[in-house]
Amino acid sequence: MELPEPNPQILARRDQIVARLRAALPGNDVISDPAETRAYECDALTAYRCAPMAVVLPRSTEEVSAVLRVCHEEGVPVVPRGAGTSLAGGSLPTADSVIIGVARMREVLEIDTANRCVRVQTGITNLAVTGAVEDRGFFYAPDPSSQLACAIAGNIAMNSGGAHCLKYGVTTNNLLGVTMVLMDGTVLRLGGPWMDAPGLDLLGVVCGSEGQLGVVTEAWLRILPKPEGARPVLIAFGSNEVAGACVADIIRAGILPVAIEFMDRPCIRACEDFAHAGYPDCEALLIVEVEGSEAEIGEQIGLIRQIAARHDPVEFREAGSAEEAGRIWLGRKSAFGAMGQIADYMCLDGTIPVSALPLVLRRIGELSREFGLDVANVFHAGDGNMHPLILFDANKPGDLERCEALGAAILRLCVEVGGCLSGEHGVGIEKRDLMVAQFDPADMEAQMRVKDCFDPHWLLNAAKVFPLQVSAPRRVAA
Amino acid sequence: MRTESEAELAEAIRSATGPLAIRGGGTRAPAPASGDRLDTAGLSGVVLHEPGALTLVAGAGTPLAEVEALLAAEGQRLPFEPPDMRGLLGREGISTLGGVTAANASGPRRVQAGACRDHLIGVRFVDGSGTVIRNGGRVMKNVTGYDLVKLMAGSHGTLGVLTELSFKVLPTPEAETTLAIDGLEPAAAVAAMAAALSTPWEVSGAAHHVGGAAWLRIEGFAASVAYRAARLAEALAPFGSVTEAADSRAIWRAVRDVEPFHDRPGDVWRLSVRPSEAPEVAGRAGADDALMDWGGGRLWLLMPPGTDLRARLGAFEGHAMLLRAAPQTIAQLGSFPPEPAPVATLSAGLRRRFDPRGILNPGLMG
Repeated sequence: MELPEPNPQILARRDQIVARLRAALPGNDVISDPAETRAYECDALTAYRCAPMAVVLPRSTEEVSAVLRVCHEEGVPVVPRGAGTSLAGGSLPTADSVIIGVARMREVLEIDTANRCVRVQTGITNLAVTGAVEDRGFFYAPDPSSQLACAIAGNIAMNSGGAHCLKYGVTTNNLLGVTMVLMDGTVLRLGGPWMDAPGLDLLGVVCGSEGQLGVVTEAWLRILPKPEGARPVLIAFGSNEVAGACVADIIRAGILPVAIEFMDRPCIRACEDFAHAGYPDCEALLIVEVEGSEAEIGEQIGLIRQIAARHDPVEFREAGSAEEAGRIWLGRKSAFGAMGQIADYMCLDGTIPVSALPLVLRRIGELSREFGLDVANVFHAGDGNMHPLILFDANKPGDLERCEALGAAILRLCVEVGGCLSGEHGVGIEKRDLMVAQFDPADMEAQMRVKDCFDPHWLLNAAKVFPLQVSAPRRVAA
Repeated sequence: MRTESEAELAEAIRSATGPLAIRGGGTRAPAPASGDRLDTAGLSGVVLHEPGALTLVAGAGTPLAEVEALLAAEGQRLPFEPPDMRGLLGREGISTLGGVTAANASGPRRVQAGACRDHLIGVRFVDGSGTVIRNGGRVMKNVTGYDLVKLMAGSHGTLGVLTELSFKVLPTPEAETTLAIDGLEPAAAVAAMAAALSTPWEVSGAAHHVGGAAWLRIEGFAASVAYRAARLAEALAPFGSVTEAADSRAIWRAVRDVEPFHDRPGDVWRLSVRPSEAPEVAGRAGADDALMDWGGGRLWLLMPPGTDLRARLGAFEGHAMLLRAAPQTIAQLGSFPPEPAPVATLSAGLRRRFDPRGILNPGLMG
């Protein structure tokens, strides 16, 4: 993984730039001591690290605007940061960059249950949005695994999903409006507490633009009434293929579960060793969760049971209590922790057409043997969003490189079968150089035109998303 | 000009010497753009329908009716309930999938299932210089690169001409029912709809014809629909007498297609507002008739011809589109609302970059 060479002229002006940033922010909100900026050298993709030149933690949209104006005038690259939980390196700094963190902007500004929406500052965590409205019977639907820590700012930048988006959609489907600041300090509002755009859907392209178009400081989010109840079932199968076929049949039958999670044998075993959830000994298992009243849950689970029976399951386990439901989810929710106990791992998130599931799992097995690294699979099966976890040993020379090569091979496979490189984590630095596998030059050119328009000098998070050689003419010209 | 393939279409755009008026079925654009007509009807046909993956891919010129029939045969549908605007706008023609997408045309189910743009998962289009561009794909979750799919939905042909579209589709529920409450003033109707939409019973339609009833739709498996309708009726009892409507499908077709305004003179405005403010906005408009959909969030107003509704309303939270009026009124007021300066600059910048010669439906959106 390569970062652009830091601009020596910017590094030489470091003290002057930091002084201007301090002047722009009245509070004690500029960090420039290298001992402290190190805390910002990476996000959740810890394999890559680079401390920024400075970190600013503004407290309002106006302060974000003031800081961006300084950076714009000084020609300093800016990397926006939410809570730093990106798995794709979305907030990895460059050495000549200023990090703008929204961590001090966490207010809930307006709760409007009559119109089923809230307005928040984007430093608020995902779970805190639900926390602010759940006593009134509402929740915020997108639920990335990191929801306890991750910020809405990052959710918007990456268009984050989660286990329950099969029914409720991802961030873009639950985002009504934003206040954002462009690189030159311009503040603008897109959307609001209504349901469509007056002209071009700029909000639609800002969501998922990985912090490359502006810094989003406030958001209007759609909130939903909490379901009456929810219950998971666990279905164990003798092969991945059969489990995959069962998923397709459930979907075709007209049942819309809120989640269909899939785990393969290596993952089941690791979770079992780690969390002792009591999972059956099998090749593949599904966790299917349905919602509604007691009777509605019963009806849906009855249908799922009939469908599963046609696929000769090893076991069908329905949660009879909240405790049993918790145990069914326990292994799945501890999957990443379990893997972390065994080895270092890299988590991919390529998405495939559901029909390609058996083929892709078989090919991943072959690639795993070819590269000599174990791969465990746990993923959102209903929408084909894979999460292969490649296990490696960071202390073993060459292992990280082998892991990266295997990851690239798996993602190319996802694209070959009609899928994509990233279903919910974003491209960031991690999948940047693979973009050419999915997009022709004209496709990337079209995307970069959007950035030209919002950030003509390519100062915002410009080392991400597009391969460096593809973006070079723009970054250099700027 | 009619083209039969994406390559022909790209060539037609490359060799164009003046403005092009992009046309699907000609059923829903507020006013035809000026220029040589470029038809997409030749780009017709379903490329892929995978019912188990809830995916449909089709050419932009494919008739909407053909897509809906194909899906219906598998017990599926486009969840966003695209309206048929022919009756309202007095058009002939055959609505195409590309036209639906270019207008981000979404019906009553928007409140629960989302809009056209929420189900669009992939596009192919030709930009103003004749280059073919792909974005998204055929999978439901995709955050690889920028989401130009959303940008193209509702871009009315001004950034590029859509050639192929991928949609997430959903199973058609086994049953539906509609509850009606008669005799509500607009404020009470919006309050009742808000109360309904705030219950866990998954209301998939919430509309009110001013002077008529408020309607609330529930869909799903039969037993579940019966259960939720009963609970919802209890919850709405404080608002008035709740009855089960006789023909749920006809009610929602009427709301979707704005049937109360068909064959009636006057201009048609479509507003997006904060739902709870719909009664106040509608009152200030002084409309001849008003239909509220999306729990109040979408407001259809029938206005005396030539009324400058935006001037009359002044600032409000939302926006107003002029959908039907005499050509000179549309030319004078503009179909699309003016945008605040920084947003207008970005929109103009995008158009300039995707259509450097300014030949795709020029002037249509501003």
